[in-house]
Amino acid sequence: MTNKKRPETWQEVNLGCMVFSPGNASEYHTGSWRDRRPVYDNSKCIKCGICYIFCPEGCISQDADGYFVADLDYCKGCGICAHECWPGAITMLQEG
Amino acid sequence: MTRRTGMEIAFAAAEAVALCKPDVVAAYPITPNTHIPEHLSDIVADGRIDADFICVESEHSALSACCGASAAGARTFTATSSQGLLFMAEVMPIVSAMRLPVVMAIGNRALSAPINIWNDHSDIMSQRDTGWISVFASNGQEVVDMVIQGFKIAEHRDVLLPLNINLDGFQLTHVVEPMLFPDQEEVERFLPEYKPYATVHPDRVVSMGTLGMPEIFNEAMKAKDMGLINSKKVILEVWREWEEQFGRKHEPIEAYRTEGANVLLLTVGSMGETAEVAIDELRDRKMPAGLLKLKLWRPFPLEELRKAVKGAKVLAVMDRAVSCGGSAGPVCAEVKSALYGEPGCPVIVNYIIGLGGRDVTAEDFIQIVEKAAKADKEKPKEAYEIYGVRGS
Repeated sequence: MTNKKRPETWQEVNLGCMVFSPGNASEYHTGSWRDRRPVYDNSKCIKCGICYIFCPEGCISQDADGYFVADLDYCKGCGICAHECWPGAITMLQEG
Repeated sequence: MTRRTGMEIAFAAAEAVALCKPDVVAAYPITPNTHIPEHLSDIVADGRIDADFICVESEHSALSACCGASAAGARTFTATSSQGLLFMAEVMPIVSAMRLPVVMAIGNRALSAPINIWNDHSDIMSQRDTGWISVFASNGQEVVDMVIQGFKIAEHRDVLLPLNINLDGFQLTHVVEPMLFPDQEEVERFLPEYKPYATVHPDRVVSMGTLGMPEIFNEAMKAKDMGLINSKKVILEVWREWEEQFGRKHEPIEAYRTEGANVLLLTVGSMGETAEVAIDELRDRKMPAGLLKLKLWRPFPLEELRKAVKGAKVLAVMDRAVSCGGSAGPVCAEVKSALYGEPGCPVIVNYIIGLGGRDVTAEDFIQIVEKAAKADKEKPKEAYEIYGVRGS
């Protein structure tokens, strides 16, 4: 029952590919898939939290001042937050 | 004490399962396996075993429920036939890849269409590559034996794989036969309590059935394949233990009167019993013919087959399923592949017989042997023949 990051050989594969380290999906940074990033204009934000509710990745959180931020380690750039934000506080910026 | 009781074989299968004290049985009725879960539900309702009988709405749910129950550490059993097995197909490779020792009885039946409730092997052959251990019974006693052995093999720490026991629909499921049943104490002496490798439990967190990326998939499949290949050692060990305790021998390929045989028949399932009658008749006529009964289908007994066919001129492989548009029936394709390049390999001919419950008689086998005997001189025109089909 080892918790190796990736088995080097088939003999090292856990029986039934069981995973004994719960939550290890967070080690996989899906932010590298992104081609656009959400940029918040907090002057338009009404702190409704609809971006937080709709984010399929669950990577948006609220900061100390009540504004919302996306964790770019996991944000895939789908743009749902920008689509749902009705005051138009989020724009999707092309990654360089 | 072991007792001899006459009973319908489907009921006997259920009685054998009850002796193994399963925790969970989930099944959906489909002819001809129905009497197995039906009788098990009686046994549970009568309080003879302390099991949960889950009445599900489909076979997909039946195997899914078994998958979940097994992951939670339960000894689980299900049974099905034909389209029911196909409805389970999505879950079949998942149960084996998750290394869950679910035991299943398959009352083998033809696949539709046309709708046909009678026996052939097209159901299990469609699930051949799903990673389950697969055994074929040729009579009721073997069904009883294989069920009890099945749990021990599947749950063994060096195996941990699901196992299916194939019994021909009607020819076996609905036939009344006198069978020897071990008593509870004897079964418990043979079959240890199931100790799961890991279970889904909040106190010991484990994820089962997770995502496997391309960089791990080859290794995951190799590990699964080797799990099945290596299970043979345990299967042979359990069969030896069975023989020691109960006196009945089980082998991957059972040879019947093969001494000096020029022509060998190879059968799977209940037709092996009929073929024995044909071999006796042929031997009485001084025809050197013998019979090989293939019991272990997965993992395929390569070495045993190579050894068993040594010295024969012709090997006639009986299939009870068509691989439409293929080069041979599923059993024969496997046999040919196993024997390819072997020195002294016999001429291999393939007959597809007994589809959708079509009668298979001893006389059929006599004619097949006589026909096959000429095959080493004159190669048959077709790679396989659907024996007895009307129209030339």
